[in-house]
Amino acid sequence: MNASYEWLRAFVNFDLSPSELADLLTRRCATVDGVVGMRDDLKDIVIARVVEAGPHPDSDHLWVTKVDAGGELLDVVCGAPVVTKGTLYPFAPVGATLPGGLKIEKRKIRGETSNGMLCSARELQLGSDHAGIMALDIDAQPGAGFLDAMKVGDSRIVVDVLPNRPDLLSHRGLAREIAAALHKQVNDPKIPGTAASVPVSFVSAPGKKEAKAANITVRLEDAVGCPRYAGAVIKGVKIGPSPEWLSQRIVSAGGRSINNVVDVTNYMLLGFGQPMHAFDAARLQGNTIIIRRASANEPIRTLDGADRKLSRDMVVIADEAKVQAIAGVIGGSTSEVTDGTTEIFLEVAAFDPKLTRATRKALGVTTDASYRFERGIDTEAIPELLAYAVRLMIAVAGGTLSGKAIDIYPVAAKQEPVKLRMPRVATVLGETFAPADIRNDLKGLGFQVRAGTGTNALAVVPPSWRRDVIDEIDLIEEIARSRGYDSFSSELLPFRPSGVPDAPAYLLERKVRELLVGLGLLEVRPMPFVADGKGATVRVSNPLAEDEPFLRSSILDSLATLAEYNLARLQKNVRLFEIGTVFSAAGKGTSPALPVEAMHAGMVLLGQSEPSHFSQSGTRNFDEWDAKWVAQVVAEAAFGAADLRLNVISDGLWEIASGGKSVGRVSRLNLNVPVWAAPAFGIEIDLTPAIGLKSPATTYRSLPNTPPVEVDLALLVPAAATSEQIEEVIRKEAGDLLESVMLFDEFRGKGIPDGTRSLAWRLTFRSPERTLKDKEVQGRTAKIVRSLEEKLGVRQRTS
Amino acid sequence: MKIGEEASAAIAGASDLAALDVVRTALLGRKAGQVTELLKILPQLPPDDRREAGAVVNALKTAVGEKLDERNAELSKAAPAAASDADLTMPGRARWLGAKHPITLVIEEIEEIFRDLGFTIAVGPEAETEWYNFTSLNFPADHPAMDMHDTLYLSEGVLLRTHTSPVQMRTMQSHKPPIRVLSPGNVYRRDFFDASHAPMFAQIEGLCVDEGISFVDLKAVLTHFANRFFGKTKTRFRPSFFPFTEPSAEMDVECVICGGSGCASCKGTGWMEILGSGMVHPRVLKAAGIDDEKYTGWAFGMGPARIAKLRYNIPDIRILYDSDVRFLEQVAR
Ligand SMILES: [Zn+2]
Repeated sequence: MNASYEWLRAFVNFDLSPSELADLLTRRCATVDGVVGMRDDLKDIVIARVVEAGPHPDSDHLWVTKVDAGGELLDVVCGAPVVTKGTLYPFAPVGATLPGGLKIEKRKIRGETSNGMLCSARELQLGSDHAGIMALDIDAQPGAGFLDAMKVGDSRIVVDVLPNRPDLLSHRGLAREIAAALHKQVNDPKIPGTAASVPVSFVSAPGKKEAKAANITVRLEDAVGCPRYAGAVIKGVKIGPSPEWLSQRIVSAGGRSINNVVDVTNYMLLGFGQPMHAFDAARLQGNTIIIRRASANEPIRTLDGADRKLSRDMVVIADEAKVQAIAGVIGGSTSEVTDGTTEIFLEVAAFDPKLTRATRKALGVTTDASYRFERGIDTEAIPELLAYAVRLMIAVAGGTLSGKAIDIYPVAAKQEPVKLRMPRVATVLGETFAPADIRNDLKGLGFQVRAGTGTNALAVVPPSWRRDVIDEIDLIEEIARSRGYDSFSSELLPFRPSGVPDAPAYLLERKVRELLVGLGLLEVRPMPFVADGKGATVRVSNPLAEDEPFLRSSILDSLATLAEYNLARLQKNVRLFEIGTVFSAAGKGTSPALPVEAMHAGMVLLGQSEPSHFSQSGTRNFDEWDAKWVAQVVAEAAFGAADLRLNVISDGLWEIASGGKSVGRVSRLNLNVPVWAAPAFGIEIDLTPAIGLKSPATTYRSLPNTPPVEVDLALLVPAAATSEQIEEVIRKEAGDLLESVMLFDEFRGKGIPDGTRSLAWRLTFRSPERTLKDKEVQGRTAKIVRSLEEKLGVRQRTS
Repeated sequence: MKIGEEASAAIAGASDLAALDVVRTALLGRKAGQVTELLKILPQLPPDDRREAGAVVNALKTAVGEKLDERNAELSKAAPAAASDADLTMPGRARWLGAKHPITLVIEEIEEIFRDLGFTIAVGPEAETEWYNFTSLNFPADHPAMDMHDTLYLSEGVLLRTHTSPVQMRTMQSHKPPIRVLSPGNVYRRDFFDASHAPMFAQIEGLCVDEGISFVDLKAVLTHFANRFFGKTKTRFRPSFFPFTEPSAEMDVECVICGGSGCASCKGTGWMEILGSGMVHPRVLKAAGIDDEKYTGWAFGMGPARIAKLRYNIPDIRILYDSDVRFLEQVAR
């Protein structure tokens, strides 16, 4: 809502500056997003005093003056007929820009230097008088800003009105809040001239759905879509430009002046929050107005020139022949007011908020009128505003009210009292207020306050413009903001700690994140939208981007895109992780069925495994073994090491399994990347089954103080045997003296028969109680070697 | 002197200096070293035997000591100290550092402050029913209030949550007061990606429900939060509207860029909008099955991405999601 500062002052008399007013509204009811001076084009102009003035030596109509503009005296040449020594004038110093864009520069005029310009009213666009410079009869210091000293021009207050307060979508509504805050009265602005006292009487038709305004019969067929319909016929209007004051109001509030009749309807909308529509009455077929639902595909050409087809749930204003306006949204072009219009039917109605909203959404057209109707207007104010508008119309466009006005209102709305318990106010707000203050706050806002049933209770009837107030809590909010949020204490009070335990999913996420950061990976939080064909099954029905309408089923889909993004920006070392949500199609049973969500950890490794350093020539790139280690420690952190396995798979590298169930995989990523990019490895682990798993308690094992015995075994391994199988045999045969077993070398080639490879293991034996004898270890080693040969065809290498 | 086979093997088997230390202790340790133990037995022998045995054991001790020193020298040679002519101004050997995302850092910082105030963490699904996201939270059906939440739908009645408030509803359904929870998580809006909007972004909400909780508690906790998070600062509470809270309030803190004098970042107001808050609407408590006469509560919500933008002076929110490793590494150090 754009409000004019001066227009607000026409409703309520206050002394606040525009910025003070902005502050008041922000703290009280609606945030002001900005204050725009309508004459900010005068911000460079300052007040200056002419201290010397004499004739130009080389001209008979120029003056040479010395000017005090707050600093050193300036030489200024001036062409005005009269320059009076000692007088204040508006002054544009060098560097200033005048309205219209002229930039003031230092220059010589017939040999005399001029450091700026003394300005006329016309040069400042403050009037047409350019006969002379503008002598200022004010009390101001030279150098003061002209705008500060003169209060020239209106200010536009940009108010962010939230959906619960449609009453603030007008100057009168905002004025009510200002008046309540300052304990003042709201008065409607005076209509100029004799029209102000034109009598406006209404046809009395209680409960009826049809009435006649002059020669026009109005029939309300749809009282649901239109609870109240009022109107009047004005004959003999003369379409023309609006008077200056009216067009100024419209422009200050951010509108555009069209003509006197249309401007009056806009004035009522912006000033009082009531949308109105003026039909050219001569163009209504059959002198009839019918408020009804449209028929299917009923056509209309609207004011914006568009041909539209309507549907049966849309409310329309029609004459005998066709639709003349879409109720609450936009008028039709047939009965539009034109320069030749002399007779108008002025419509002032209330249309149903939900139907208006549905209609404007279906048609894709939002207007100032639809914006207000879908939020709700003050239905009770309709007759009063119709009378005001008729008088204003006559004042600015001439003509006379023809016959009586009509007001069809079959079922009057009731405003029920709301019970307000004083102790409840204190419970919710935490402060106790004097009952008299509470009453006054509410009364100041137009509420009727009576004693309620029960002790310490009030019965409060909200004003007709506050349909948002329906519950006790709504009244409590009124009290809180009337008292001012700033007035409440902000001292911390004792509290009981949460009885809700931390979510297990969150604890697991945090644990895994800490681990991955410790492993040197960088966390990312990408968008989860992906294209079709990536295995995703959950589709957004109204996606933002049609090329990415799906929710991902894999985190690696997101990470792969980010890796490609980095490579495209020549970042070749990429090590990223994310712990996030992936989606799969809904399970059955619940209604409506939600998609299945899982918490996955995804990791991508590519490029150097560590930063370059002068001590090493070249560095190693991340490979599958790095990925395997990361996968293993992350999976162990989540699932525990006990039942964890990394199984070799044919269509990737490894499948991560815990307790026999697959929980993730490690794979080479096929990226769309430059040729120089290093191979990329991806890991994805479904953490969901690990949520809430208790990790086994870590217990201390005493550290040995006996010496270990290490045995290196170099083995010739046939193609069919795996490292895993060999380790299994070693562990089984070595018995409980084996402390650790580590593979420390793999070799193929020279000296090794084709189809075999050499694997070297280091076995560490130790007894916690005693120093082992060589014989014991040798015996066990021999047993291991025998068993390896028998079971796997693995032989010890004799070098 | 020939020392024991075992001792000899143990010394030779020590593969580094640390392992050798273990062996030294095992043999010569003052408390339970094997050679030391022999020395301890000497006094119990008959005097004649004592001298001879003493000589043998002492010689053994010397021999073991020599062997240990020998091995020590060997192992030390393998890892020479930096040469004396090394240029020590050269850089140290770097390792990759990991980092949490800036948004995560902001969330964790917020969590830390609220944990001190008795809060725990709650989470919930990102795809939700209309009931949890809107209806139960007192959103009037087909009302302009819905325009503040441009929603991505998955199917009839199923949507991507537009705020983490459904977690509040789920928490209130499953737990009795006192409830003090924070719910961080991703939320979705049908907003085009630009410098300050993203179709998915993180949100963190707080909920407090108990007997005797009032607007003063709300103000106190959020003011305390602002002072800890931004350093001692001025705050301003102003009326706002959210269907699920009433009274509703927006909290501003003094602009961190200009310190309150007004700049482009704060649109000249001197204030920066930080969070929305309010007393939990009685209808919301009712919908969750909580006695709204006995219990009251408050809630707040804020966007960590916006705060990260402020905190790290990031001009465009898309930088947070683009994930250029150079940006992510700036946060690592
Ligand atoms: Zn600022």
